[in-house]
Formats: sequence, C-alpha cells, structure tokens
Amino acid sequence: MDQQQLLEQAQSLQEQARALAEKAGTLAEQAATLAGPAAEAAAATGGTPFIVLFTAFVLACFVGYYVVWSVTPALHSPLMGVTNAISSVIIVGALIAAGPAEMNISKVFGFLAIVLASVNIFGGFLVTNRMLGMFKKKQK
Amino acid sequence: MAWAGFAYLVAAVCFIMALRGLSHPETARNGNKFGMAGMAIAVITTIAMPSVLSYEWIIAGILIGGAIGTVIAQRIVMTALPQLVAAFHSLVGLAAVFVAAAAFYNPEAYNIGSSGSIAVASLIEMSLGTAIGAITFTGSVVAFGKLQGIFGSKPLVFSGQHMLNAGLGILLLVLVIWFCATEAPWLFWAIVLLSFAIGLLLILPIGGADMPVVVSMLNSYSGWAACGIGFTLANTALIITGALVGASGAILSYIMCKGMNRSIFNVILGGFGGETATGGGGGDDDRPVKAGAAEDAAFMMKQSDSVIIVPGYGMAVAQAQHALREMADLLKAQGVEVRYAIHPVAGRMPGHMNVLLAEANVPYDEVFELEEINRDFSSTDVAFVIGANDVTNPAAKTDKTSPIYGMPILNVEDAGQVLFVKRSMSSGYAGVQNELFFRDNTTMLFGDAKKMCEDIVKALEAN
Repeated sequence: MDQQQLLEQAQSLQEQARALAEKAGTLAEQAATLAGPAAEAAAATGGTPFIVLFTAFVLACFVGYYVVWSVTPALHSPLMGVTNAISSVIIVGALIAAGPAEMNISKVFGFLAIVLASVNIFGGFLVTNRMLGMFKKKQK
Repeated sequence: MAWAGFAYLVAAVCFIMALRGLSHPETARNGNKFGMAGMAIAVITTIAMPSVLSYEWIIAGILIGGAIGTVIAQRIVMTALPQLVAAFHSLVGLAAVFVAAAAFYNPEAYNIGSSGSIAVASLIEMSLGTAIGAITFTGSVVAFGKLQGIFGSKPLVFSGQHMLNAGLGILLLVLVIWFCATEAPWLFWAIVLLSFAIGLLLILPIGGADMPVVVSMLNSYSGWAACGIGFTLANTALIITGALVGASGAILSYIMCKGMNRSIFNVILGGFGGETATGGGGGDDDRPVKAGAAEDAAFMMKQSDSVIIVPGYGMAVAQAQHALREMADLLKAQGVEVRYAIHPVAGRMPGHMNVLLAEANVPYDEVFELEEINRDFSSTDVAFVIGANDVTNPAAKTDKTSPIYGMPILNVEDAGQVLFVKRSMSSGYAGVQNELFFRDNTTMLFGDAKKMCEDIVKALEAN
C-alpha cells in the first residue's frame, strides 16, 4: 500500500512539476514579449529626450535659412512646389495610425491623412517637375 | 529600431539636397529627384516598422491620393499655379489635424502614453500642431478662393476685427492650457474649430495683390504644423523637414514684404487698397496722355537697339506670354537686344512670372531680377511694360505721401521710350495714379495684352 501510494504521490508531484514548468515557460515568453515593446517605448521616448529633438529642430532652422537664401529668385515658384511636397512627410504619422491590425477611430483618421498627404506628395513633386522642365537655356 | 532613425536622417538629408538643387535651374531637376527619393525612403521606413501590420488601408490611401495628385499636377495650367499651391497647403494643414486626432485617440501606437494619461509634453506639442494645421487649412482655403475668384479679392474689413482676432487668440491659448491639463476630447475638437475660425478671419481681410505674401506665409505655417506633429511623434525626419519648410516660407514672406516695402504685420492686419486707399496723385486725372497703336509700337521697337520687357500680373491674366515671346523673337531676329525685368512681387506668388515666361519658352538667361537689371534701363531705348503698373511708379521714390512710398521699383522712366500696355487708365492695386503715363516719352497702348502683342507681331511681320 505504502509503495503504491508513494508511487502515485510521486507521479502527481511529477505532473505538477511539469505543469509548473510549462507555466513558467509561458510566463517567461509573456515577459519576453512584454519586454520588447517596453524597450522600444524607452528607445522612442526615453531614448530621444526633448532636448535632442529640439537640437535637431534648431539646427534644421539654420540649415533651412542658409539653403533657402541660396535659391535663385527665378525658382521661387518651384521652391514652393517642392517645400509643399516635402512637408507632406507628415504622412509618416498617418501611416503609423493606419498600421495597427485592429480597427479603431485612429485608423480612419490615419487613412484620411494618407489620402490628403498623397495628393500633395504626388501633385507637389510632379508639378515642380513640370515647372523645372520649362526652364531652358538660350539655344545657340 | 536604430536603422529607422538612420533612414529618417537620410530622408531629411535628401530633402535638404532638394532645396539646395534649386540654387540653379540646371541642378534643380536633380534636386527634385532627391526630394522624391527622400519621401520614398521615409514612407518605406515607416511601413517596414513592426507596429505597422495591415497594409490595405495604406495602399488604398496612397493609390487614391496619388491618382488625384497626379491628374491635378498634369492638368493644371501655369497661370493657376498660385491657387494650386494654396490648395495643396490646405491639404497639409488638414492632414496635420487628422494625424494629431489619430495620436490623441490611439496614443499607444505612437508611444506617448495611453488614452487618458498622455504625457503632458506630447499634449502641448499635439495641440500646437493641431492649431497651426487647422489655421493653415482654413487660411489656405480662403486664399485659394480669392485666387480662384470664388470670393472677391477685396479685403474684408469690419470694425473690431483686430480686437476679435486678439480675443480669439487668447481664447485659443486658454483652451490649449485647459486641454493639456484635462485631456478632454471635446477640448481637442474645440481647439480645432476655434483654429479653423482664426484661419478664416486671418486671411479674409487680406487683398488679392497681397496674395504672394499670404501664400508664402501659409507655406511657412504648413511647415511649422508638420514640425509640431514631428515633436509629438519624436520623429526627426518630420521635425527637420518641417523646420526647412517653415524657414523657406518665412524667408519668401520676408522677400515679398520687402518687395512691397511693407511689414508683415501691415499685410496681416490688412485693409490696404480697396476704398480706403488715399494718397498722392490718386483719383481722376484728365491730363492728356499719348495713346498709340500696335503699328507705332512695332516701328518704335524695330528701330531700337535694346528693349526691356516688364511683365506683370496683367500679362498672366490675359495669357499673353506666348504672344509676347513671339514678339520678342521677331525683334531679336531684327537684331534688337531683348531682356525681361521681373519685380519681386510681380504675379500672385513668388517667382510666378519666371514660370510663365519659361512656359512660353523664354530662355531663363534673358530674364533678370530687379537688382540685376535696374541700372540698365538708362541705357535702354524702349521699356515695354505689359500688365504692370505700381511696380514702375516713380512716386514710390519721390512722393512721401504715396501709399507705395519706399517700395523698390523698376526704373522704366530712365528708358528712352516707355510703352505701357494697359486696358484702361485705371490705377493699380494700390489705388495710386502713375505719373509716368503723362510723360512725353510714354506711349499708352490701350487694349487686351494678348491682342496687343499679336497685333504688334503682325505689324512686325508686315514689313
């Protein structure tokens, strides 16, 4: 009897241990999946503090100032066309909104913004191209 | 995720190269290609991110928007360029509002916290991006309407306007602070609606001929809006690009204001022109002018050694650029030196005249800016002014009471003979009479600019 009982107990313990091990495994997996986005979040916000972004902003203002003054006045219309097209890089934000698998209101906003920005990207670059194609040198 | 940061940096550098290319017509087309490449890099980088999992909506959106944009860009006539640019600015503004709304309702996707507890810094950036975007949207819609002729181009001025605008501005600030403190959805939409109203009220009082400034200003706004959203998303490509565009628009506004000798505040506060304009030499004038026919003009120009053509917005309205170029070609065939002089504020957007002349196959090395050519008028036989008025008015140099006093002008009065193509004796936008019309060496050519050029071409061909 004792041997029988002991054997059964040992077996149940063994099963419990296995179940626990399995649980630990899934927990570890969950922890790993949770850690991923957390690390990414840290990289996205914590990793680029405001001052870094602001530095990029201020430097870009200076670059813009000097680059735009070097644009010849004859090409100010194409300049507006091209700045208009590149300001549509805002589509980056729209893509992130439209990206998630699940449906929500943000996805709709993202879609609308993608449409608007795409009109601008294609329209802006093509119309600039058309304008620039017209500027020709004197034929000798 | 480090690779994404690098890719965005490459995109931003491409955009800088795109602007840099515009320093000369020969490098400009390559610059534009850099711009396209930068945009492609930015879009592909974002789509490749692990958080972007479904592509149907993205592809559908790009296809729909891309098709519309392509068709518009190919069909648009070059005279309608200013309103097209205004319309495009409105789209950037509205897109910024939508992106901000998306970030507000699904902050997890942007790593800025979770609904109800978005980081305060992100809320500030988001509300700024939203407000500027919304102002850009309605402001550009009004500018588009004025340029397209849907609304009258006259400035809409009413009493208490500036007080109302200032009040709305303060209210907007209060709403932004309240929104950042409470994160209430209704406050988000209140900011959007109030900014829409401010955009309308800001641009309605500005008259048609001030549109070069307005279009440049809205260009700048659309950049700052992108910048605000860029801070929310912690995306350097957006921040750098937004700053480039913002700086570009600001510089263009400055150049345009300088071209009219007015401060940006003077333009924004509006009320210039219309019925309110008074000043030196305005109103009716029944002094005699010398009117001529196309044949006289043809003869005069054929006998001369050099001609400088001064085109203005009137040329664009009459679509006279092709006939004008034909006339210039015939004169050149006779051995006459023909050049073009462009005033900074000619047309309805910066550089508009240059594009129109380029469209009519005028080589860009025959077209000169004000500073480049102004000295040469004194050694020129004939100045041919077509569709321009205020930018040639010597009162800007001599008459301190004139509303255009101090504005840089083209010195056409120094030329041996001046030909003015005009529909009537009416004064220009500033409401000032042009003293030049009454001078002995001025001949007025009354008529439609295009018809007049065609008649001169016929007269030149006849003998």
